[in-house]
Amino acid sequence: MITDDNKKITKNTAQDAAVWQVGNIDAANHVTGKSVYVDDIPVMEGMLFVKIFDSPIAHGKIKNIDFAAASKMDGIIKIFSYKDIPGQNQIGGIIPDEPFLADTEVHFRGQPVLLIVAENEDAAEEALKEIKIEIEQLPIITNPREAFAAGHLLSPSRKFEMGDIQTAFKNCKHIFEGRAETGGQEQLYLETQGAYAYPTEHDSVKIFSSTQGPTQVQRTTAKVLGVGMNKVEVDVPRLGGGFGGKEDQASFWGTAAAMVSWILKKPAKCIPHRMEDMRMTGKRNPYSSDYKIGLDDDLNIIAYEATYYQNGGAAADLSPAIIERTLFHATNSYRIPNVKVTAHSCKTNLPPNTAFRGFGGPQGMFVLESAIDQAAKILQVDAELIQRKNLMDDGYEFPYGQIVKDCQAKQCWDEVKELYDVPSVKKEIIDFNKQNKLYKKGMSLMPVCFGISFTNTMMNQARALVHVYTDGSVGVSTGAVEMGQGVNSKMLQVAASSFGIKPERVKLETTNTTRVANTSPSAASSTTDLNGKALQDACNQIKKRLFDFIKTELTDEEECDIEIKNEVVYINDEASVFNWTNLVQQAFLKRINLSAKGHYATPIINFDKSIEKGHPFAYHVYGTALTTVTVDCLRGTYEIDDVKVVHDFGSSMNRAVDLGQCEGGIVQGIGWMTMEEVIYNDEGRLLSNALSTYKIPDVYSVPKNIDVKFLYTDGHAMAILKSKAVGEPPLMYGIGAFFAIRNAVLAFNPSSAISYSAPITPEKVLMGLYNPAKEKNH
Amino acid sequence: MISFILNNQLIKTTQAGGSTVLDFIRYQKRFTGTKIGCREGDCGACTILVGDFENNELVYRSMTSCLMPLGNANSKHIVSVEGINMNGLSPVQQAMVDENGTQCGFCTIGFVMSLTGFVLNSQTKNYNEAIAAIDGNICRCTGYKSIERAASILSEKIKDKPHNQTIEWLVEKNFVPAYFINVKERLVQLRQQLTAEACELKAITQKLVLGGGTDLVVQKALKVKKSSLTHVFDDEKLKGIKFENGQCHIGAAVTVTMFAESALIKSFFPGLSKHTKLISSTPIRNMATMAGNLVNASPIGDMAIFFLALNSDIVLSKAGKTRTIKLKDFYKGYKQLDKDEDEIIEKIIFTAPQNSHFNFEKVSKRTHLDIASVNTACQFQLNDKGHIDCIHLSAGGVAPFPKYLNETCAFLTGKKITAAILKDAIEILNSEVAPISDARGTADYKRLLLRQLFLAHFTKQEEAVKEVLSV
Repeated sequence: MITDDNKKITKNTAQDAAVWQVGNIDAANHVTGKSVYVDDIPVMEGMLFVKIFDSPIAHGKIKNIDFAAASKMDGIIKIFSYKDIPGQNQIGGIIPDEPFLADTEVHFRGQPVLLIVAENEDAAEEALKEIKIEIEQLPIITNPREAFAAGHLLSPSRKFEMGDIQTAFKNCKHIFEGRAETGGQEQLYLETQGAYAYPTEHDSVKIFSSTQGPTQVQRTTAKVLGVGMNKVEVDVPRLGGGFGGKEDQASFWGTAAAMVSWILKKPAKCIPHRMEDMRMTGKRNPYSSDYKIGLDDDLNIIAYEATYYQNGGAAADLSPAIIERTLFHATNSYRIPNVKVTAHSCKTNLPPNTAFRGFGGPQGMFVLESAIDQAAKILQVDAELIQRKNLMDDGYEFPYGQIVKDCQAKQCWDEVKELYDVPSVKKEIIDFNKQNKLYKKGMSLMPVCFGISFTNTMMNQARALVHVYTDGSVGVSTGAVEMGQGVNSKMLQVAASSFGIKPERVKLETTNTTRVANTSPSAASSTTDLNGKALQDACNQIKKRLFDFIKTELTDEEECDIEIKNEVVYINDEASVFNWTNLVQQAFLKRINLSAKGHYATPIINFDKSIEKGHPFAYHVYGTALTTVTVDCLRGTYEIDDVKVVHDFGSSMNRAVDLGQCEGGIVQGIGWMTMEEVIYNDEGRLLSNALSTYKIPDVYSVPKNIDVKFLYTDGHAMAILKSKAVGEPPLMYGIGAFFAIRNAVLAFNPSSAISYSAPITPEKVLMGLYNPAKEKNH
Repeated sequence: MISFILNNQLIKTTQAGGSTVLDFIRYQKRFTGTKIGCREGDCGACTILVGDFENNELVYRSMTSCLMPLGNANSKHIVSVEGINMNGLSPVQQAMVDENGTQCGFCTIGFVMSLTGFVLNSQTKNYNEAIAAIDGNICRCTGYKSIERAASILSEKIKDKPHNQTIEWLVEKNFVPAYFINVKERLVQLRQQLTAEACELKAITQKLVLGGGTDLVVQKALKVKKSSLTHVFDDEKLKGIKFENGQCHIGAAVTVTMFAESALIKSFFPGLSKHTKLISSTPIRNMATMAGNLVNASPIGDMAIFFLALNSDIVLSKAGKTRTIKLKDFYKGYKQLDKDEDEIIEKIIFTAPQNSHFNFEKVSKRTHLDIASVNTACQFQLNDKGHIDCIHLSAGGVAPFPKYLNETCAFLTGKKITAAILKDAIEILNSEVAPISDARGTADYKRLLLRQLFLAHFTKQEEAVKEVLSV
């Protein structure tokens, strides 16, 4: 349900008129099955299938590997090992620490060792069974704290500091310390990883890849093949979901298909089975963290210290960047004057963990919420008292040096309180809990402040290519990858509104590295801002040429205002005889360039890692969520009753898409906090290795009701059309579900020792309801 | 040769009967709207509709094509999204578009097919039934709220749907293409033709017996594909639910859906729909057979637990010879059965629970479409003094096989249900089980959960239960 803010909607009419509301432009193709994903692309004759032989041991030295018998089996074309790699055996994204195929050692169970190339999938599967590998096992570490103790780090540790933490703690009235833990999370894009490649002229290769980072696939493939990036073309029609899991980890599959294709000069497809995908690819980084929080008499948070032990897995992947964002969001929406947060990215023998919506932010926020909750419980006050009291305002300096501006933290919070009548909700819960013995309700409030931009300043750039064809139709290519987040719909809105033409004139092309090069991945919630601004630039260039043409060729006036509205050309506010179609035709006859390449680099932002200070974010997104739950205290199960949100969308350009991002993000966050449990055993074997053992929310387990109120603000000039980025921030509302459930457990058993350890599965709930004081963390 | 109608086209194929319908429609016929998400029936991206006769009526059921053996498509109408596409969007498709029920689009077709199945079913039209129809469809993008809104619009649009001539009505309203009207007749003709051909062939019984495929195709897809099979899913001799001399006879190939929808069964189990809702999902229930669930011998098999608490008998047959044993004696150890290799279950027989209390409980990480951490069923009868005359109790997830809790039952027989008795029973219960730690929970948790669910069987004895819990 959308709650509208009628007071402010008038403010946006001007923009609503200019920006066509298009919903999701792919929807009709989706519901008829016409949308094309990698495995739907018509394949060529003679296509080969690539399967991966992966390590059955999490850490060890490869003593021997025998695939002679497998190579001779029916339908097997070739088996490639690291020795067959033409270029470098290296696919590490930001640190070169990850081989494409294992050479002499394996560092995680599921690490790719061999590529099995077969005429059909069944033959490849049969061959897999005949491969013998001998591994001398080395010690396996799956726990990040153990890895840290042993000195296994993926990258140097980082520290953000502000104020004087030591003096501040001395002056605190109350100090609380504890440990908070969050588990991994499988991205579970419905479409698995995968790629299809075929050889092209001049020793080149074309890859259709299910990737959020086409350039990353291109760069990695070029490196592994030992060729220039110009010999690798990557095309992305669309993704059946990414959620971060295809930001860096799509490279392996793209490279595998490309290498087979490039060497054997045949088309090749490499798409893993779900279980292969799950055991070979990394997930959201689990964290184990220590915190210390200090408050004064009036419940002001004076000091906050935290140390994060990030489970990075066996290679850096994106973990160093992820833990950086943990530091950036360590204080979430709160004004804390003295802060010291330390981050360790720990190397373990698990698949390299990677991006997942929120990118370390949620992990950091959970720790602070745990600290506040613990303080509240011991001081016997409502957590929301401490939360509200410490929300930040304009002018506060984030621990990383950026000054808070256009802050909506308190506005969102207060609107939630008023609109959803939090005092009544609280009272109803107290009454319900008095009346019911075996069912208990709980609630929580969760504020979110999320910074928009890649924290690596260099990545905040994008390009777009626009062709206006002589019939007036428009083709748009950008670096943005459509993965369900609706970026193509928004790009279409940008192009149509820039030109003043109808949306049906605009076609969004696939994302292709030969049309738009050197792209940043579609990630960090920034895709629409970056690519949209680049697209605006391209459209404006063409528009300027058209307007100059009008001025010089079609009017006598040097100075006049020209505008295209609804395809009609207005000169000094008067409709002229020209419309979009004949303007374009005439301009072409006069040899005006109807194509343009736009470029955008986010201004202002900067960050100096040597002092860990700067202004890394274009702007911040704010919001607050109220969550209420009911726990069945006999069975230990629970239902999420309501999630009610006030979210700062700026001036939303596509309400349907933005609402969908918000609802979907909330449910994903709740999944992470409740039922989604990534389980590895001590041998580093993934036990939750299929959809039967790893559960994500289904239609019955989502909140019975999600209310999203669009807080209309003026938006931000650095947001495309002042419509703020929306991809990641809503996920963190899901954290509220953890605390609401925990509160319900405590209503049943006030002495429960239930720890700050997510996900709060039915198991943890039931143990929390009945087994107090078993493992005490605090 | 397997013959069926795929969308609007008659198919005759010699592809392996154990290969999947999914691979056939995607890679042989290039209907790529049907997606591959997990190949284990747990995501619903590959959902198709299967039209088959039930009581001489053509009924469409949703099924996951990744698990459906091609052999089970024989003589049926198989519908992929391409088979419901028309010039414009159908109201199902339109509702999904209007409510933005699709984001990345990969799961969308599954939802569209499930909702179309809901629409095609002459018996279902309300919102809750629409949601029940998508209980096997997983979406990672939307959070389902927009899909719920689409379902709500849809149930409104079909509120006048008639029970008779449903397909004609739906065609008129553009829910499905016009060719649907003639499918029934075409299938009748196809069946006559197939029966004539079948008479000429000798029945060959192969050792690998395949029912709905919902377990075998998950566990051993390649083996099933490469084996010669005996398909029993459509074997009329193994179907049917009968009531004779106070006993229910359930055919081995009866699906969970048939069982759940049977008026007879419902009359004996007032809470049946609540119980069956906890068992897998609509498309899986449409495929999974009773005997399949029993011979799979999974320690947490839901139907096994259900039938154990009914003290069921099973009839086994081999080359025309039958024998009847107690289901509780069928399980000998982990995946160990009292069954010869070429013996098959023919039917399940239990005494209808008239005058007794029956309850089924299941807790899993996710309440629906999940495998139990612990499940348990219980049937008991109280005499006029309030003492237990007779009790049958079973539990899954706490032993290497579906467990009938003999000693607990023996202890409780003749007892009045008090807190003290329940506590003693829990002691005995604990001595009978040996749960292990796995992805579904630690052993400690499963023990505690079993206690809780055992108590849940006695919620009518509220005071006793509360007293036990307050300890």
